Amino acid sequence: MDRICGERAVLDVSGLPNVAFGHKNVTWLANVLYMTIEGTMFALVIASYFYLRTRSTDWPPGNSPPYIWFGVANSILFLLSVLPARWIQKKAPSGDRAAVTIGLFILAIFASACIALRVYEFTTLNCRWSDNAYASCIWTLIGVHSGHLVTEWIETLVIFGVSLTDKMEGTRLADAAINSDYWYFVVVSGFIVNFIIYATPRFL
Amino acid sequence: MSSHSVLISEPKVIPTSDSASRLARTWRQPSGFWGWFSNVHHTAIGTRYMVTAFIFFLLGGVLAAVMRLQLTRPENNVLGPDAYNQFFTVHGSTMIFLFAVPMMFQGFGVYLVPLVCGTRNIAFPRLAAFSYYLFLGGGLLLWIGLLTNTGADAGWFSYVPLAGPAFTPGKRADFWAQMITFTEVSALGTAICIAVTILRHRAPGMTLNRMPILLWEKLVISFMVIFAMPAVMVVSSMLLLDRLVSTQFFNPAVGGDALLYQHLFWFFGHPEVYIIFLPGTAIVSSLVPVFTRRHIFGYTLIVLSVVATGFLGFGVWVHHMFATGIPQMSASFFTAASLVIVIPTAVQFFCWIATVWNGRIQPKLPMLWLFGFFFVFLIGGLSGVMLASVPVDWQVHDTFFVVAHFHYVLIGGAVFPMFAGLYFWIPKITGRMMNSTLGHWHFWLFFIGFNLTFFTMHFLGLRGMPRRIYTYSPDMHWNALNVVATSGVAFMTAAILVFLANFFYSKKYGELAGDNPWAAGSLEWATASPPPHYNFLDLPTVNGREALWDAEPDQAIVVGLRDDVPEVLVTNSLDSDPEHKEETVGPSIWPFLTSITVSATFVGSIFTAWAIPYGAPFVVITLIGWLWPRGHSPMTREEAIEEYSHG
Amino acid sequence: MFTLSRIGGLSHLLAIYQASPLNPGRHSTLNPVAPQAGNIEWLYWVIFWICFGAFVITILVFFTGAARKYVRQATPLPPIKEHPADGIAAWFVGGAITVTVLSLFAVLFMSIITGKKVEGATAERNAVTIQVTGHQWWWEATYPNWQANLTVTTANEFHVPVGKKVVVLTNSNDVIHSFWAPNITGKRDLIPGYSSAFSFEVDKPGIYHGQCAEFCGLQHAHMGFSVVAEPEDQFAAWQNQQVAPAREPTTAEEIRGRTVFLTHACVMCHTIRGTDAGSRVGPDLTHMGSRRMIAAETLPNTRGALAGWILDPQRIKPGSRMTPNPMRPDDLQDLITYLESLQ
Repeated sequence: MDRICGERAVLDVSGLPNVAFGHKNVTWLANVLYMTIEGTMFALVIASYFYLRTRSTDWPPGNSPPYIWFGVANSILFLLSVLPARWIQKKAPSGDRAAVTIGLFILAIFASACIALRVYEFTTLNCRWSDNAYASCIWTLIGVHSGHLVTEWIETLVIFGVSLTDKMEGTRLADAAINSDYWYFVVVSGFIVNFIIYATPRFL
Repeated sequence: MSSHSVLISEPKVIPTSDSASRLARTWRQPSGFWGWFSNVHHTAIGTRYMVTAFIFFLLGGVLAAVMRLQLTRPENNVLGPDAYNQFFTVHGSTMIFLFAVPMMFQGFGVYLVPLVCGTRNIAFPRLAAFSYYLFLGGGLLLWIGLLTNTGADAGWFSYVPLAGPAFTPGKRADFWAQMITFTEVSALGTAICIAVTILRHRAPGMTLNRMPILLWEKLVISFMVIFAMPAVMVVSSMLLLDRLVSTQFFNPAVGGDALLYQHLFWFFGHPEVYIIFLPGTAIVSSLVPVFTRRHIFGYTLIVLSVVATGFLGFGVWVHHMFATGIPQMSASFFTAASLVIVIPTAVQFFCWIATVWNGRIQPKLPMLWLFGFFFVFLIGGLSGVMLASVPVDWQVHDTFFVVAHFHYVLIGGAVFPMFAGLYFWIPKITGRMMNSTLGHWHFWLFFIGFNLTFFTMHFLGLRGMPRRIYTYSPDMHWNALNVVATSGVAFMTAAILVFLANFFYSKKYGELAGDNPWAAGSLEWATASPPPHYNFLDLPTVNGREALWDAEPDQAIVVGLRDDVPEVLVTNSLDSDPEHKEETVGPSIWPFLTSITVSATFVGSIFTAWAIPYGAPFVVITLIGWLWPRGHSPMTREEAIEEYSHG
Repeated sequence: MFTLSRIGGLSHLLAIYQASPLNPGRHSTLNPVAPQAGNIEWLYWVIFWICFGAFVITILVFFTGAARKYVRQATPLPPIKEHPADGIAAWFVGGAITVTVLSLFAVLFMSIITGKKVEGATAERNAVTIQVTGHQWWWEATYPNWQANLTVTTANEFHVPVGKKVVVLTNSNDVIHSFWAPNITGKRDLIPGYSSAFSFEVDKPGIYHGQCAEFCGLQHAHMGFSVVAEPEDQFAAWQNQQVAPAREPTTAEEIRGRTVFLTHACVMCHTIRGTDAGSRVGPDLTHMGSRRMIAAETLPNTRGALAGWILDPQRIKPGSRMTPNPMRPDDLQDLITYLESLQ
């Protein structure tokens, strides 16, 4: 049964674009919400760390603070990795697939280097997670962050893989740009976690 | 505004039979056994949540009935201490984690939000499906534990040190803690889907100021979930780590702290009860206008109250810890906060009363349940005012007075609105009305039984009966009151049986509902009952807070979306102006497969930490399968340049 | 027959009275014997009546509004477009919010004041101090004294002088427990790693029941205690009796009973000062003969109950830490005779 809508007004959206970059993208919003969730988790573990500090007389209790230089090196790597991440975000909206592919590759290299350094960090924390509450906290912080780092490394590799196919356009390019946002989250949370683990035992 | 301005164009003839069949083909969800696991449409997922959550409601109720039998007589032997401890732990955990949130927030939310927004599906449909499977997995984990006599037995909040490695050997507390992980990841996924749908997929014209209160509530609840669930994730993971790999978060001998657990848990726990209660108020605010035949009174006040409750809910958690020895002045800050949070709820009550006072009420079954909500929740809220007072709490904390309070606010604030919502929306879901006479019997049996059981508990608490005791001595003079409390169980059981009979009968033989049996104003009533998989034949635009009541005679419909691929409209968060189009996904098996790998990893990690490195690669594989691009033929480079030059 | 039925009727009435909310019962927050519980009870009733008033008014207004606007018609009426009375309603809503805010302020204010009265001072020099340590599932009580040999160590039955301030210091040996005697004052959690202090004075002599109020495992339900409030001289006498080492057995049965105690598993967990038994796992039994009840207020301290408890505690408190102790009947009788002699 056809309906004659001779009098019906319409809102014609056929001319709208099929993809959006930056904060207009829906996946961007979901990514922000995920970062909020994970950021809240970090904040709560950090709050627990400070709370537990008030329950101890010395800090770190019976341990020496973690060896600092791997952490410093990783912080520098984190800082530098912002460059390829930002480059991807600049190039993606113009549809420059080649640039985005290269950027993703470089970012993946950085992530691999950070993970390698992180392995050394684990071995030089100067405590075992089961020693005391302080050790449990810093191992949890570095462990959770490492989980994010590894996840982000895999995600970068996957998007890099997609970028080598012919499916790398439209929303997929937007996804590459959003991936950089998540990388920033890994970097910022990495700085904060490093500050807690390496700096605070030396003055708290 | 971009150069792609949207126009109100000249009237067109739109041949509907063609577009309906095209839409039906584009948006179809697969049938059959394997098709069930690939379904990503929100109405199917929402219905699954509601059905599964209701089954858990029944299971939790059975546990409660047996507990009541045990407590009917002093020194009774229906349940020994071990069984009783498992029963009350699994009862509480089931009701909170497996019934209340999945039904009130996830079930009603996933089903209704896209319809009320006026869009074709929920945002991130695969995430919505995945979240359901995880919820189911968590529920199975907890109940398999109970049925194999390794049920969680340290209470639904599982305090340390009791639940820690030293005092709860075996895997009981681990089942509980990992069930938390399942249900919390599920709720977070749903919160993201719902928040993004509400913010970016509303019908054009549905500005924030015209958004139905249901959507405001679901948005606030989504943010509460996002900020509260991480706390329970952190604390349950700390418990698991303490038990599995000997971390020392809660061991005071080496710097850990038992109260850290309570702070983290209740930082989640109090917002959790508002995550359960606000969907109840959402249902009330949705139904009151329909049954008073007018716009709700005080829309702005109610929205502000809901938002205020969302914020304040995070500031009261220490009122669960008044007896721990914290200084009285610190405790009183939380008394103040706990009393302040009464105000937004009171404001909502007054607005509902004003709506009723200045409206016209017709006797309908859902309204009866709203009256019940009013009565029961009010009592619960007022006993909450008593509990907020630190000295009074010092006496009645951890007694049956508290049990009475929270059952009044949770059953009053969630279960009564739930039944109102079910009678209201089941005609939309199934296409048939439920029987009103049976519905009245259901109400009165439940109302009487509930008050018999739980009002009595106020007295038991005042007379010194603590919580979580499997028996008591005859010379405590608690016998007669316990008999009265148990008598209510028979009524409530009968009530639920009447409801189930009504549901199954009406599903087949109920009167056909039609599109809008209640002549309501919101958008879910602008389509068939049950809705087709494309939700709306013509996507609507909106002109007021009650979309159908405030519609212009020639209210515009949205045209220009493709009907050969599943395409939805993305609008601006504030004004809901159309911004771009997006191709959403069709049916997919990957959410289910991913839930298998994730569940296996979660469950394995209860037994050994190696489950995580061994399970993770499988999770990664299924996630890659999920995320690998599919979809329509890629644009040519020329089309892409044309596309992006407008970006 | 007439008399019997009248007695039956009276006992029914008594049963109904005892069950009814009107009778607070002996272990009740509404039967205070100390100013702390008394202040809380007063506050409770004030808040109750405020809440009751709020409830009645709200329900009346709501249901009156519903009743006046009731339209008996099945088909839905058209939605109302104009709301001329909403302006007046706004004033009422504003008024209701104001009354609510003021009432809540009143509740807050009175709560803080009452809380300060109840919390009281815990640093008084003249107070009797009791260190309470929670165990699964019994209460350890020490009355510390700067002279070590004047320190009282007992379990589950706390004596206090009437009218004098008592300060309780809390601790726990294992999980979180909660010390609660509702006739006396509010509860306080016993948390391992934390020590807190609270105080009370009991006004009326008597025996007041208490129970653990924080779920602590399998026998949480059977973790009771009693507070015996007695005149100061009787309290002093009790203290002197408690600090003395165990009474030497005099009769043959008592001597045999002590041997049974020292050669069975009892010494693994229990102390009897004056003998070699010094384990602190279970309650101190040095003066257990003087206690009214055993097993944390679960059973009366009689020969029969004690026999059943010693032979198989798991039958009475399944899950408790005390193992069954099968022994020959005459050994059991001698042991009981000895334990009852430990006054």
